[in-house]
Amino acid sequence: MKTFDKDRLMLAIAGPLLALVSAFVLTMIVLAATGINPIEPLRIMVENGGYEDIQVLIVNQAGTYYLAALAVAIGFRMNLFNIGVDGQYRLAAMISAVVGGAIALPGPLHILLIVLVAMLTGAFWAGIAGVLKAKRGVSEVVSTIMLNAIATSLIAWLILPKNLGVQVEGSNDLTTGEIAESGWFPALSLGDSGEIYGFTFIAFALGIVYWFVLNRTRFGFDLRASGASETAAAASGVDSKKMIITAMLISGAVAGLSGMPVLLGESHTYTLVFPVGVGFTGITIALLGRNSPVGIFFAALLMAFIDKASAGLDTAGYAKEIGTIMKGLIVIAVVVSYELIRRYGIRRQQQKVGEELAAGHAMKTEKEVAA
Amino acid sequence: MKILYGMQKPDEGTIAIDGEQVAFNSPGEAIARGIGMVHQHFMLADNLTVLENVVLGGEKLYGIGAKARKKIMEISDAYGLGVRPDALVEDLGVADRQRVEILKVLYRGAKILILDEPTAVLVPQEVDALFDNLRELKSEGLTVIFISHKLGEVLKVADDITVIRRGTTVGTADPKTATPKQLAELMVGAELPSPETRESTVTTTPMLQVTGLTIAADEAVVAEPEVLVPAGAPDSATREKAEAGRLLLDDINLTIHKGEILGIAGVEGNGQTELIEALMGMMAPDAGVITLDGADITKLPVRKRREGGIGYIPEDRHRHGLLLESPLWENRILGHVTEAPNSKKGILDPKAARKDTERIVREYDVRTPGIDVTAASLSGGNQQKLIVGREMSHNPKFLIAAHPTRGVDVGAQAQIWDAIREARREGLAVLLISADLDELIGLSDTLRVIYRGRLVADADPATVTPEELGTAMTGAASGHLEATDNHSAAADGDTTEDEAR
Repeated sequence: MKTFDKDRLMLAIAGPLLALVSAFVLTMIVLAATGINPIEPLRIMVENGGYEDIQVLIVNQAGTYYLAALAVAIGFRMNLFNIGVDGQYRLAAMISAVVGGAIALPGPLHILLIVLVAMLTGAFWAGIAGVLKAKRGVSEVVSTIMLNAIATSLIAWLILPKNLGVQVEGSNDLTTGEIAESGWFPALSLGDSGEIYGFTFIAFALGIVYWFVLNRTRFGFDLRASGASETAAAASGVDSKKMIITAMLISGAVAGLSGMPVLLGESHTYTLVFPVGVGFTGITIALLGRNSPVGIFFAALLMAFIDKASAGLDTAGYAKEIGTIMKGLIVIAVVVSYELIRRYGIRRQQQKVGEELAAGHAMKTEKEVAA
Repeated sequence: MKILYGMQKPDEGTIAIDGEQVAFNSPGEAIARGIGMVHQHFMLADNLTVLENVVLGGEKLYGIGAKARKKIMEISDAYGLGVRPDALVEDLGVADRQRVEILKVLYRGAKILILDEPTAVLVPQEVDALFDNLRELKSEGLTVIFISHKLGEVLKVADDITVIRRGTTVGTADPKTATPKQLAELMVGAELPSPETRESTVTTTPMLQVTGLTIAADEAVVAEPEVLVPAGAPDSATREKAEAGRLLLDDINLTIHKGEILGIAGVEGNGQTELIEALMGMMAPDAGVITLDGADITKLPVRKRREGGIGYIPEDRHRHGLLLESPLWENRILGHVTEAPNSKKGILDPKAARKDTERIVREYDVRTPGIDVTAASLSGGNQQKLIVGREMSHNPKFLIAAHPTRGVDVGAQAQIWDAIREARREGLAVLLISADLDELIGLSDTLRVIYRGRLVADADPATVTPEELGTAMTGAASGHLEATDNHSAAADGDTTEDEAR
């Protein structure tokens, strides 16, 4: 039995490794093909990653990505593809910023309120797709993409000064007004290098909650069963419609949290620092991390590294879009290599089981073959 | 078998065709060498016609038009398959579908035919027809490999028999001299198990009562009767029904007592699936009441019913009984996640679940190297034993056993029968649905026949023969089936309740 576990661990590592190596090689080929030195930009990125201030940026970014990826992973575990994490996170950040700016409460309560509003907003936005799927059979892929577009327009309209927005004096930026200091989340200061948002730690802690709920509760088992086989789950007593809606609500609530590290830790208002695309990067990370909390953690760090380390490429005379290319190639490599490894794993195990049985290593049976 | 068809590569050994050694890397290569396989589970696209299904993937051979049609008719006539190229596959019965599968293989130029458990889904009359087809093929010089666990059939149709047990050849036999008993002993290494239940344990306490259960098909699925009914066979009653929006289940009434096994015979697709799903709560009935142990469960969701003591051995274990890519111990939790030992107050208890999985593996003789392997890596028989063990572990009051021994080797079959019989002795009520008539007759205390969503006939398993059952299954007989015909209740197609009461 030990050998099976070792095998599984090896396969689990082989997948991401194969994906990353091939993605980096492909990036270099792309660079070489366009007449750019394939090694130098990567070297600069690694060098950038060595600076402490950039490391802080990476960890902070990873916190945001981690939450977005968890949101996606919850969907993935039951075969729901929540592409709408991006819209859910932006709308949640905006609404919670508005509420947080309008109300002042003492310390922790203020933060709690903002977080709660963000979760509810995210859950509501994702819930629309959940209800549509459960009641009308609308594919969540389509509806969440649509909801992303609607969220973009809705935010653009809501943030107009005549609605909820505030025009900062001497600037063209539209914000939602500053949240009072009682609504700021304490940060871990690292001196000159900057500070790590306090909410980042909450983000990583949520990974543990995610693991526990999925692997140690009845609800988690039902959710995973639904993802593994919808028909078997239904026969086992899972109400599939309820499960779709619940999973979407939870996924949306976590997506709503993705904006919190930045909102509570730095911006304290909704502005353009909440970029489009976090949700999509979350999909990549969830895929790369195989929906496991640990895998997602490393994948989030990697993506944050590519983001932050490639930002400085401009000054060295290289396009910083190299980072974007890399991310894209990782997605492709991940999908292909994981499927290859998965098939290999299944075949290998079937073979092994056959071999072991043929060799008479079946578990000891007390009963002889009946009849 | 998989190796012969190029789906798997051998570790050792050789295959020779016409004296020439060959090695296949894919089914494509096997087909090119003239090997054709008819799978146990049909691989046909329901919404395409027979012609389309046959040319699918073989478009290069004879095109997709008149030439292909001509070739199909040629093959069909040559071997007496009687295939209609323009019928939709979804409208065909199981036997017809099988003929389409055979034709598909012949169309691709197969000289060697592999048939995997081809008779599992057929009634006796259809089996005879299939054997006629096979003899026809044989006389045209084709080679047929017929894989079956039904010994009588093997003896009837084969010219040469090889017995395989646990991956090795254990013997060969000559069908002219061998008896089923000898064959069986070769197969299991012991005496042939029989499904007979011997002493009756039926009590008078009803466990499950179903009254007036009716389910109508969704209106969208109503097929056009013109295409549906083959020429010469239509009876006006069925045509009317097809037009009116077919009833999948029509006024089903049955009672199963404690310690009773009620067998349902019927050709697949006559409402068995719907009956099971209605009893499990996966499908909401349009009318009718279901009571379990005196409590009305008609409106309860699946989980409450399972907790209330319904065990379920599904007809399609891959779709409804297992999470194929999950380890065995997680599969042991499936369906009983709310019950001990799997969880306490909403929190799973993997340790206890694993321990209990080991117990099931031991007691039900599931052959596996451990409980961390995925369900997919077990053989069908061992998967089934795991499911039986799981369902029995929760002391069900009522068990739905749908094809409990389908695709299961003889040894496992006997063990599964034993498990069901033992539970019955302790007062379990069982609804047994099976295509294996010997199993039905041998195991059941009461027999009913389902045809087009109605329970059309009942029979006493002590006196009825498979042939009589087969006749009723095709709708040709109804009422109470009895060998000695001094009973005239047979005229009416209604269900006779008194048998069960």
